[in-house]
Amino acid sequence: MRANAIPSMAAGWRMPNLWDAAAFLCVIGALIAVGHVAGGTFAPIDAPGATEITLDPRNLPEYALRTTLRMFAALAASLLFTFTYGTAAAKSRRAALVLVPVLDVLQSVPILGFLTFTVVFFMSLFPGQVLGLELASIFAIFTSQAWNMAFSMYQSLKTVPADLNECANSFHLTGWQKFWRLEVPFAAPGLVWNTMMSMSGGWFFVVASEAVTVGDNSWKLPGIGSYVALALEQRDIGAVAWAILAMLLVILAYDQLLFRPLVAWSAKFRFETTAGATASDPWMLRLMRRTRLLKVIGSAIGDAAVFVGGMRLSFRRASAVTQKAPSKAVDMAWGGLLLVLLALAAWRVVVFASESLALADVREAVVLGLFTMARVVVLMVLASAFWVPVGVWLGLRPVWARRAQPVAQFLAAFPANLLFPVFVIFIVRFGLSPDIWLTPLMILGTQWYILFNVVAGAAAFPGDLKEVASNFRIGGWLWWRRVMIPGIFPYYVTGAITASGGSWNAAIVAEVASWGDTKLRAHGLGAYIADATDKGDMARVVLGVVVMSAFVVLFNRLLWRPMYAYAQRRLTLA
Amino acid sequence: MDAAVTPRPCLIEVQGCRQAYHKEANADLVVLDDVNLTLREGEIVALLGRSGSGKSTLLRIVSGLLKPTAGSVTWRGVPVDGPTDGVAMVFQSFALFPWLTVQENVEIGLEARGVPRARREELAEAAIGMIGLGGFESAYPKELSGGMRQRVGLARALVVHPDLLLMDEPFSALDVLTAETLRTDLIDLWVEGKLPVKSVLMVTHNIEEAVLMCDRILVFSSNPGRVASELAVPFPHPRNRLDPAFRQMVDDIYALMTRRTPIGPKAAAAAAAHPMSTMLQRVGTNIMSGLMETLAAEPYNGRADLPALSASLQYEVDDLLPLGEMLQLLRFSVLEEGDIHLTDLGRSFVDADVDERKRIFAATLRQNVPLVNTIRQVLDERWNHRASAVRFRDELEDHMSPDYAEDTLRTVIAWGRYAEIFAYDEEAEQFSLEDIE
Repeated sequence: MRANAIPSMAAGWRMPNLWDAAAFLCVIGALIAVGHVAGGTFAPIDAPGATEITLDPRNLPEYALRTTLRMFAALAASLLFTFTYGTAAAKSRRAALVLVPVLDVLQSVPILGFLTFTVVFFMSLFPGQVLGLELASIFAIFTSQAWNMAFSMYQSLKTVPADLNECANSFHLTGWQKFWRLEVPFAAPGLVWNTMMSMSGGWFFVVASEAVTVGDNSWKLPGIGSYVALALEQRDIGAVAWAILAMLLVILAYDQLLFRPLVAWSAKFRFETTAGATASDPWMLRLMRRTRLLKVIGSAIGDAAVFVGGMRLSFRRASAVTQKAPSKAVDMAWGGLLLVLLALAAWRVVVFASESLALADVREAVVLGLFTMARVVVLMVLASAFWVPVGVWLGLRPVWARRAQPVAQFLAAFPANLLFPVFVIFIVRFGLSPDIWLTPLMILGTQWYILFNVVAGAAAFPGDLKEVASNFRIGGWLWWRRVMIPGIFPYYVTGAITASGGSWNAAIVAEVASWGDTKLRAHGLGAYIADATDKGDMARVVLGVVVMSAFVVLFNRLLWRPMYAYAQRRLTLA
Repeated sequence: MDAAVTPRPCLIEVQGCRQAYHKEANADLVVLDDVNLTLREGEIVALLGRSGSGKSTLLRIVSGLLKPTAGSVTWRGVPVDGPTDGVAMVFQSFALFPWLTVQENVEIGLEARGVPRARREELAEAAIGMIGLGGFESAYPKELSGGMRQRVGLARALVVHPDLLLMDEPFSALDVLTAETLRTDLIDLWVEGKLPVKSVLMVTHNIEEAVLMCDRILVFSSNPGRVASELAVPFPHPRNRLDPAFRQMVDDIYALMTRRTPIGPKAAAAAAAHPMSTMLQRVGTNIMSGLMETLAAEPYNGRADLPALSASLQYEVDDLLPLGEMLQLLRFSVLEEGDIHLTDLGRSFVDADVDERKRIFAATLRQNVPLVNTIRQVLDERWNHRASAVRFRDELEDHMSPDYAEDTLRTVIAWGRYAEIFAYDEEAEQFSLEDIE
């Protein structure tokens, strides 16, 4: 048996196959392209072409590449942040006291509102260089990616099984070895999934962050986002269509080339002791496993990772766990320090607010927040009423579920703001009320989370319960109420939390839209923040963002968390 | 007794070991109290006891994973501080890294020591071959059966050539036949001198396993964990489970373990002193009825020998003893000297129909479990007949560890519901009198 397998391998060894040639070309091409783009990053800001773009579709591949590279630069930063921040929060009880709530709030703050100020900050770091703008854009993307990744890492580290931990200790793994051998692999499936989600969120921000206006100056970094912004200014619907096409291709490419293989590969780190049903490998992973060149590269990377992770770096010798109460004195000192910092911050806020804001401003922001909240609620209800039945229908038919799942995930990754122009043209043409008709834009990109979670839930619905339902002839409304809705509820809540959070964030972009000189405004907190940003009114931006964060946090605490807890407690099929 | 010739070198010495978990307001919870243990080269020693007797805690103290609250631990005369070098551990749950292959799992201990790759592979291959895992090198743990997984756990521990092999209930997660194969394989290697270890210390709650494998058995008592007695096993390997002397020893240990039951006259007095100090173990009403029916029927006719019962029901001591103790608490049966026999109350329960059974159960419950009465009293006194479970849990935690308090509360809820003494709303964590009488 084995002897048969060897000759074909040996024969192949002498003559590289066609795939090798293709892979080789791809690698070289990618290297050249990255080098070319990186060159542009260090150009002075007033160099020809540095911050100018044209609507010629032939430039789109380059723009798309630059946008993608920004995404990956931000992703690298997010990973670094995840490994440091998430680990610190999980390892130190005292650090966690501060880091975890901060992360929780950061997750709900629409950083997009601060874009102008981060641009000014980064440009002052690198005056007169494109690098400042690039960094500002990357930072904006980073803020949309990092938080949930760090949270995923934190939660994984908190749930590392005790026996594996003991095992690592008793076999004398150093802290470094334990991190790479136990903790990171354990966190990997969740981290990969969250990275994929982050990537989708990032596209939304990249489009918004490439073309920025600060005071009278406006810059457009070469990229798809700027291209769309210019197309909107010049009322060029053809260019918008080109941009959408380019985006579709880019997302399709990284989804197929990177994330499908990554998700399939990370399944091996899933902590389960029984072999479950495994889906077939995506074509890219098969390619990587079968193409010799890619395989060699892959295993070289693997070996390097094993070597680095296996280094016996240690900051202190592993010692026995002592069952002693933590020192009260240090706790008190730490608590005291935090209180002082808190008081200082509160004082700064009061000073800042009393200088430039009146009570009426706060009232206005809250009222506008209520408008936006009404939009979010209505949209969630509508989207649920539509997508839950669709999702259940798809999920109960395995063939359709398999087809629908990647499509829904793909649509969730697509930056919905690219589609805004289409809506705007429609609204302008028919003279519709922006207060109502701009609203659907908020959920355009996020409704898919509801769909694919419901599909997953319905697909996982136990067969015996389905049989019970048909055996007792449970049908119609009773079937929904007693059988299906409770069955998919935990999945639905997971999707709905993501969708609602995303809609709040989208409000800043979706409540204001323009087409050439025509500007459409809806009444809402998002429009309020966008307006204040345009005017450079720091105080109102801060106020708007704070109020919005408060709404999001309250929404989560009062609605989603209790629902999620209830779903976990009562409706999870254990 | 082996000191008669030349005293073998001492590996581990534990003296006056005490392990207590800190509690905020109240006295510390003592898990281990004044435990002494000396382990010499060339012996297999068992720590035998019920769950919660602190034997696993002692194993972790010996391995250096846990630092005792008081007392000294020395390894070859040197105080232990942190994971000891000459010690390797086998875990009850196998604790294999699911993302590493068999080979990589086995190599992990060597890798941590910075052994070069070639040498690592050589050693791992030897260990894998010895333990009977050849051919599975590239498999992932989830592709293996439980028995094969524990073989990986064994190979991983043996590959570092430890002086002392620690095993924490290594076979209790396996089915009967698989566990037996692994035991005999291990003992064969030990007897043939192929096992690259000097001594073995294992934790178990399986009496037969301890008698089958070990040279010395330390029987632990619970609450707090203490060494109740120490027995030398005089039989040569291979041992025969059916040998009368073997059976006698198993019987004796059963008697030892049932002798000190929590419901002696002293414990009853304590319970009368405070209703919150009776610990209950999570035993369901169905399983209690089932055991009583079994005892009442042929061939037992009201009286059974625990080892025989354990063998015929395929129950471990850890399943059977709590069951017997709870039946004794409710006056349905009595445990003595390794036997269990049904009382008259137990017989009348068996003969009764569903409603009558509930009445009998309710009566004995109210009489013998004061906590039930306390809850019912509180409910009767309240105008809305509702009371939060949290307050009872807090009160229980003043007298026992949070885990025991949780078990006790859960058991009281299940029993009280069955006896229809009170109702319980899981969602609100409240006792109530809804639908009662």
